[in-house]
Amino acid sequence: MNKHSMRRLVAVGAAAALAVGALAGCSSGSTAGSGKVTLTWWNNATADPLKGLWQDVAKEFEKTHPDVTVKVTGYQNEDLQKTLIPNALRSNTPPDLFQAWGGGELKDQVAAGYLKDISSQIKPQLTAIGSAASGWQIGGKTYGLPFQYGIEGFWYNKDLFSKAGITAAPTTLTELNDDVTKLKGAGITPIAVGAGDKWPAAHWWYNFALKDCSPAVLKSAQAKHVFTDKCFVQAGTDLQKFIATSPFQDGFLATPAQQGAGSSAGLVANGKAAMELMGQWDPGVMSSLTDDKKVPSFLGWFNFPGIPGSAGDPTAALGGGDGFACSVKAPPECVQLLQYIVSVDVQKRFGASGAGLPVTKGSESSITDPNLAAVLKGKADASYVQLWLDTTYGPTVGGAMNDGIVNLFAGKGTPQDIVKGMTDAAATE
Amino acid sequence: MTSTITAGSAVSAGPAPSPSFPARRRGSSLGRKRIEIALFAGPALLVYVAFVLVPVVLAAVYSFYKWNGYGPIQDFIGLENYRRALSDPVFLSAIGHNLFVVVLSLVVQGPIAIGIALLLNRKLRGRTFFRVIIFIPYVLSEVIAGLSWKLLLQPDGPFDSFLRSIGLGSLKHLWLADSNIVLWTVFAILTWKYVGFAIILFLAGLQSVPAELEEAGRIDGASWWQIQRYITLPLLGPTIRIWAFLSIIGSLQLFDMVWVVTGGGPAGATTTMASYMVQYGFQRNQLGFGSAVAVILFIISLVFALLYQRFVLRRDLQGSLTRGVG
Repeated sequence: MNKHSMRRLVAVGAAAALAVGALAGCSSGSTAGSGKVTLTWWNNATADPLKGLWQDVAKEFEKTHPDVTVKVTGYQNEDLQKTLIPNALRSNTPPDLFQAWGGGELKDQVAAGYLKDISSQIKPQLTAIGSAASGWQIGGKTYGLPFQYGIEGFWYNKDLFSKAGITAAPTTLTELNDDVTKLKGAGITPIAVGAGDKWPAAHWWYNFALKDCSPAVLKSAQAKHVFTDKCFVQAGTDLQKFIATSPFQDGFLATPAQQGAGSSAGLVANGKAAMELMGQWDPGVMSSLTDDKKVPSFLGWFNFPGIPGSAGDPTAALGGGDGFACSVKAPPECVQLLQYIVSVDVQKRFGASGAGLPVTKGSESSITDPNLAAVLKGKADASYVQLWLDTTYGPTVGGAMNDGIVNLFAGKGTPQDIVKGMTDAAATE
Repeated sequence: MTSTITAGSAVSAGPAPSPSFPARRRGSSLGRKRIEIALFAGPALLVYVAFVLVPVVLAAVYSFYKWNGYGPIQDFIGLENYRRALSDPVFLSAIGHNLFVVVLSLVVQGPIAIGIALLLNRKLRGRTFFRVIIFIPYVLSEVIAGLSWKLLLQPDGPFDSFLRSIGLGSLKHLWLADSNIVLWTVFAILTWKYVGFAIILFLAGLQSVPAELEEAGRIDGASWWQIQRYITLPLLGPTIRIWAFLSIIGSLQLFDMVWVVTGGGPAGATTTMASYMVQYGFQRNQLGFGSAVAVILFIISLVFALLYQRFVLRRDLQGSLTRGVG
C-alpha cells in the first residue's frame, strides 16, 4: 500500500466516523430552558375511547401545570412493546412517561437503570391500587403503576351452551370435559383457539399451571426462574390429555386470534364455536368481527375451572394489566402526571369508557358494560391474580415456554420438553 | 481499487475540456481527478460504510457477548452463541427449510419461468396483457400479499370453497396448519409471487438473442423446438445464471413472506434462518445470540455468493467485476 492510498483510506475513515457521529447526534432533551417542561408520553391507545381519554388527560394536566407541555402519542401495542420502547431506551432517548406491562421485561429495564424509582412519591396511590401493582414492583421498590388490570376466562356462547343441554358454567375440569363432549354431541365446535399467534395456545398451559401449582411454587419460580417442581410437568400432561379430546376447531395451529372472521374470536363471535379462553378485551375484538359491528348479545364469562385434587388454588385467576413508568431521565412532573392518571376521577372515566378495568379503589362503580362487569366480579371472586406467565418470566424464558407449548399443541413435544426449554432458556439469561 | 483507477483514467482520456490553457491543465488535472472521485464515489461510500460495513462489524462484535439489549455490553462469552445456534435443532431445521426453498426455486420456478417467457416471446394475441398479468404479484407489497394468502387459506376459507366449487373438494387440506404441508404451501405462494420477476428477466434476456440466428436456423430446417433448445436457451445462459444467483440469495434470506403467513410456525415447520434470528434476537431480547445467527446467515450467503461468482458467473462477468480477481 503506497502513501497515496493510505491517505485516501484515512480520509474515508474520517468521513465515515463523521457520518456515524452525525447519525448518533439526533437526540432530543425533555427539558427546555426558562422553567418550561415538555413531557413526552407514549401509550398504546390508537383508537377511541382510550385515545381521546389520554388526550383529555394530557390537556387537563397542562391546565393545572401551566409550565408543562404534554406530547402524547399512541402506537400499536406490539410495535411499542417490542421495538419502539426498547430502541428508545437503548439509544438513550426515552420518552418521559411510557407504557409498561410489568413483570420480567420491567425487571430487565430496571436492572439496566432505565426506570425512575417512584416508591416515595406514590404511597397513597399504591394503597388505593393494592396488589395489582405488584407486577410493577421489583425488590420492594415501585417503578410504575398500572391503570388497568383484567383477568382472563372463557367467553362462551350461552345460546350454543343451552342448545347442547348445558345449564351451568363448569367449575371443575371434569365438568369442562363433560361440556366439551356435550357440545360435540350437538355438532358444535366446543372451543376456538388462535394457536397461530402462539400466545393464545400458551395461555392454556398457563392456566393449567395456575391450577396445578401452589401459589408458593409459582412465586418462587417467578423469582428464581427455577421450574423443577413437578407441577409444571403436570400442567403439560393435563393439557396434553385435554388436547387429546380434540376440543378445538380444525386447523387451530394456524388460526390467528383476532384477524378476520376465521380467527378464534371471529369463530365465537359468529356462532361457529362455543367458547374461547381470552382476556377481558375479547368482547371488543369480537364486535369488530361481526357483520353488525356489535358485541354479540349471547356472551357469558367464567373463570378457568379448578383441577380437583391438585395443589393449585381453584379460584386463582390469570391476568395482566397495562401501566406506565417514568424514565430515569424524566422531570419530576412525570410522576405527577402518573399520579393524575391513576386518580379516582380519571380511573372512573376510564372505566365508564368501556376500554378496560380500572384498578384504583372507588372507581369500580364506573363499570356499566355487562361483560366487563362479569370480569370484574370474577376478579373480586379470585383469591389471587397471577400475572401472565410470559410477562412474568420475561421475553427469554417466556418465548421458550410459548414455543414449547405450541409444539405440544402440534403433537411435536412432550410436557417435559416445555419445562426443559424454559430451564435451558433461563440458563442463557 | 482497480475500478476507481480505471474510472479515473477513463475520465482523463475523454475530450479535453479546454485547449487554450495547456499549462494549467496538467497541474490541476490530478487534483480535479481526486475531486471527481470524491464527488462521485463519496456519498455512496459513506452510505455503504455507515449502513452496511459498520452494522456488519458491530453485529460480529455483539455476537461474542451475552446481551439483552439493555445496558452496557460487557458479558463476553466467546463462541458460546455460535455453539448454541449450531447445536439448536430448530436452527438446523431452519437452515434445512432455506435449502429446501433454494433447491425447489431452481428446479420448479426456473423451468416454469423459462417456458412462459419463451411462450410470451412468440407473436401471440394479447401478449402485453399476459405479460402485465404475470408481473402483478411481484408488484404487490409482500405483507399485503402474505396477509391475503393467510386469510384465503384458513380452514374452510375462500380457497377451500373455491376447490369445492370446481369439484376438487377432496384436495382440501389444512394448508397452513398441517406441518407436513405448510412448507409446500409457502413455497407455492413464493412461486406465485416471484415467478413473474423471473419471467420478466428472461423476456429481457430473450430480446438480446439475435433474430438472425433464429432465421438462419429456420432456413436450415430447424423446428421451433430445436431453435429454442440449440440457439435461444444457450444464448439465454447469462440471464439464467444471474436469475439463479438472485433466487438463491433471496431464498437464503427468506423472511417477510414466512413471517406474515406463518410466523415460522406451526411448531417451527417453516422457520427460516432470518425468522429464527428475529424471533430469538428481538422477540426474546437476546441481541447477542441474534447477532451470532445474523453472522452465520451472512457467512453462508457470502461464501455462496463468492463461490458462485468465481465458478458460475466467471465468464458472464469477465471484464467487469472479476477482472483482477479471476
